[in-house]
Amino acid sequence: MPTETAVVPARSLRRFMFDWKDILFRAALPVLAMLAALLIGAVMLLLLKVNPFTAYAALINGALGSTYSITQSLVKATPLLLVGLGICIAFRASVLNIGGEGQIIVGALMATWFSLQFRAWPGWLLVPATVTMSFVAGAAWGFVPGILKARLSVNEILSTIMMNAIALQLMNLLLRGPLMDPGGITAGTFLAQSERLPEQVWLPRLVPQTMLHAGAIIAVVLAVAVYIFLWRTTIGYRIRAVGLNPHAARYAGINVPFYQALSLTLAGGFAGLAGAVEVIGVHHRLLEGITSGYGFTGIVAALFGGLHPLGAIPASYLFGSLLVGADKMQRAVQVPSALVDTIMGLVVLFVVGSALLSRRWAARRLAAAAKGQEVK
Amino acid sequence: MENIFSIAVIVGILTSAIRLAAPYLFASIGESFAQLSGVVNLGVDGIMLVGAYAAFFVALNTGNLWLGVLAALIVGLLMGLLMSVISVTLKAEQGISGIGLYMFGLGLSSLLFKVTIGTVKTVNGFRPIKIPLLGDIPILGEILFQHNVLVYLAFLLVPAAWWVLEKTTWGLRIKAAGQNPAAADSLGVNVDRVRYVSVCLGAMLAGLAGASLSISLVNLFQENLTAGAGFIAVALVYFGGWRPVGILGGALLFSTVNAFQLWMQVLGVNIPSDVAVMLPYLLTIAALAVTMNRAHQPAGLNLPFERGES
Amino acid sequence: MKTRNVLRSSVVLVVALLTAACGGPAAPSGGTTAKFRIAVVMPSATTDMAFSQSMWGALLAIQKEMGGESALELKYSENMFKVPDAAAAIRDYASQGFNIVIGHGSQYGASIQEIAKDFPKTTFAWGTDVNTFGQPNVYAYTAAAEEGGYVNGVLAAKLTKAKLIGVTGPVEAGDAKTYIDGFLQGVAAADPSIKVSKTWTGSFSDVALMTEAAKTHIAAGADALTGSSQSVVGSIGAAKDKGTVLWFGTQQDQASLAPNLVVASQQYDWTGMLKEMIKNNKAGKLGGDKYVLQLKNGGLKIVYNSGYKLPDDVKKAGDAAIEGIKSGSIKVNP
Repeated sequence: MPTETAVVPARSLRRFMFDWKDILFRAALPVLAMLAALLIGAVMLLLLKVNPFTAYAALINGALGSTYSITQSLVKATPLLLVGLGICIAFRASVLNIGGEGQIIVGALMATWFSLQFRAWPGWLLVPATVTMSFVAGAAWGFVPGILKARLSVNEILSTIMMNAIALQLMNLLLRGPLMDPGGITAGTFLAQSERLPEQVWLPRLVPQTMLHAGAIIAVVLAVAVYIFLWRTTIGYRIRAVGLNPHAARYAGINVPFYQALSLTLAGGFAGLAGAVEVIGVHHRLLEGITSGYGFTGIVAALFGGLHPLGAIPASYLFGSLLVGADKMQRAVQVPSALVDTIMGLVVLFVVGSALLSRRWAARRLAAAAKGQEVK
Repeated sequence: MENIFSIAVIVGILTSAIRLAAPYLFASIGESFAQLSGVVNLGVDGIMLVGAYAAFFVALNTGNLWLGVLAALIVGLLMGLLMSVISVTLKAEQGISGIGLYMFGLGLSSLLFKVTIGTVKTVNGFRPIKIPLLGDIPILGEILFQHNVLVYLAFLLVPAAWWVLEKTTWGLRIKAAGQNPAAADSLGVNVDRVRYVSVCLGAMLAGLAGASLSISLVNLFQENLTAGAGFIAVALVYFGGWRPVGILGGALLFSTVNAFQLWMQVLGVNIPSDVAVMLPYLLTIAALAVTMNRAHQPAGLNLPFERGES
Repeated sequence: MKTRNVLRSSVVLVVALLTAACGGPAAPSGGTTAKFRIAVVMPSATTDMAFSQSMWGALLAIQKEMGGESALELKYSENMFKVPDAAAAIRDYASQGFNIVIGHGSQYGASIQEIAKDFPKTTFAWGTDVNTFGQPNVYAYTAAAEEGGYVNGVLAAKLTKAKLIGVTGPVEAGDAKTYIDGFLQGVAAADPSIKVSKTWTGSFSDVALMTEAAKTHIAAGADALTGSSQSVVGSIGAAKDKGTVLWFGTQQDQASLAPNLVVASQQYDWTGMLKEMIKNNKAGKLGGDKYVLQLKNGGLKIVYNSGYKLPDDVKKAGDAAIEGIKSGSIKVNP
């Protein structure tokens, strides 16, 4: 029985790539997964004696119903996109980065410390420097599980989750100690938040009276950059090769553990950027809860976007608006936003569960293309 | 400041440690069954949460703690079936499926809690039962034999699991399915069915772990009650070398560190609480890095098995 | 390859937009009705028997006084212990045209500081704190929790037989810290030989952690406990479990949680302050003042639990402490 690794003449392969039936089928799967998850969500609401129509109407209205909602969705989409880009890189190397939360925290910590430390610097220098340092900090936080996987075969899911917990405690420790707002100390309130960051490091607001900031543009630009990186550079090619078939990659002379560690490091860097952007773009200081679960939601968005950096752009917007809609739904009709978290979990399950169908479909199409036949 | 090494304090710490270990034991031994059969289930924390909610809700509304336990087991079974379908039948990537299951469980437990209960309430959980004779032994009696029934069950699970794995045909099948599914399949073992059973068993025990939190340890339910304990439980499987005794050791080590930092604060020893809370996680990473038990890792772990594929 | 992915997400968006077009009503733009509208964002549930409930209860009482829903519209967002979520809620309410938006949590200050600038016609109030950021549309409020803490400390000192009292605190900040400072002073004033051991769980919301902390205090021999924040229900549960541990509450009357064991609670009463804010807002003044709840001005009340038999001499000592603080003869330092 032919498998995906069958050799196929180039001409028919090209025809296969632009086969609209195939594209539609593959696009349909996550959409169907989302619809199925929403359906199950509706059933759950019915069982809980809540009207699913009112709930979903409030959800959608909350996501798209006003300028504020739309800009707020973009604000949430930005960190999702950044984390998602990192996930795309890592998952393409078959490395599962669940450490987004911790990497965001470390990036945010670095952005806070750095911009406060060098507050005398002018904006044109401070912003890029801060952002770069945050990338480095997040990358370091991804590097540790990366090297543990490469050298000691430690399961990266477990190690990244532990790193999350450690990062959280580290942030608590610093926010309640050396990083605490001196204003809070003199006032006697001792709030666990940092000093307000110097104004020149704040990302400019794009729409007045909203929280939409320049980070959104940076994220989209980076998405394109990651696409170019993965598909148009040698390193990117090797990362993808490692993910598709580690044995073949090793045969071809690619240092598999190195590229796995590298992908996890890069993923950490992007998540660190998400942390920086939240701190210098949205809140202008570091405070508890800064991650808002983006480390996990970013995974869902990346999966939904087909683990493709350009697909991640609309996917992050979609999930950003779901998150905004969920809050609004909770405010307006008192349906807990946890409903949306539940739905997201189901989306993940259905998307990965449908991968088998996707693979079998691809194998059939490939076999048909190899035979030069059209399959109905 | 009291003498931190006084007998009373040490007894207090060890008693707390035994009590705190129960949820980890349930969840981790359950997960070891799943992993030995070849499936990594990272959704344990999510299952624990829904199990904890179910047990609490039923106990709160019926006043019957054992019905609560039953509810947790049923919930665990259902979630185990979901995981089995996704990762065994549909052969999805196990790691991500587990994370999806975790997100689902976390969201579902919070949703159900907010809609059906809303505010944090307490329940009269399992009370400690002193074992006659053994419970009267000075010092050891207090540490080991004055706990509630779920704690005793958790510890009894260790020899029970060992016996099933080493002395029964089922245990053999489980290990075969995980170690070399192709060979097992050729010998007539239904690998998929064995994996289903193991994953569901593990999930039921995870549900029980949740119940041991909500109706025996803290006697309440709140959102994210487990705070990541399920992931620690999964890590303990690696740490314990996939063997019940190893897992027992790991769970006790972890819970003792936990109990220690709680007591230190009470006694006024000045460790910043954040550092103390960090310790168990650092310990786990170190353990994962240096564990030399990888020899026992099932070779077929995390690999979906497809009949006819080599 | 990129086409398929853009396509798939766009399909969902289109579906969503179409549904939105037939969806629910749009959010109201501005408050042009005569109805007064107040929104409050809280870190815990309105039924938390502590911080949040004290504010929500006060708002409901005022609504009743003003004539009900038609005179005063109230909206709340509870369980907003994550500041980014709260900030979004506060901004949303402001943009919906509420007259007063209350950020009931000291962690919301930074958000209020940012958002108040964007909505100069809205009154913002936040607490517990005293910083109005120099903005004309921001009120700050706090409670002199140390006063009630002192009284509770005196009562606890007189009632403890083990001479060991446990304190389970959330985060060492704000009124949680000041309450406990007062409590310690009260205990010391009544009987300096009593030992008080403190634990801080590091979280306002983690009830399970609070329970474990309380259990540890009890196992170490404490027979009286106190603490603050919405997670104290865990500590009270632990006290109930033991059956003999007394509880001293703050922020809200907590007698119903353990009718035999709660001795007294310090009750926050925000109604006076809220009425003044409403009056000011109608007259055109949107902020700029600081409010402090005290025993003297009626903002703080000590509520004895009628279900607990308090010995006469202990009650006398408690009442004396209350009078002393009111008159100024007893000074409690936060």
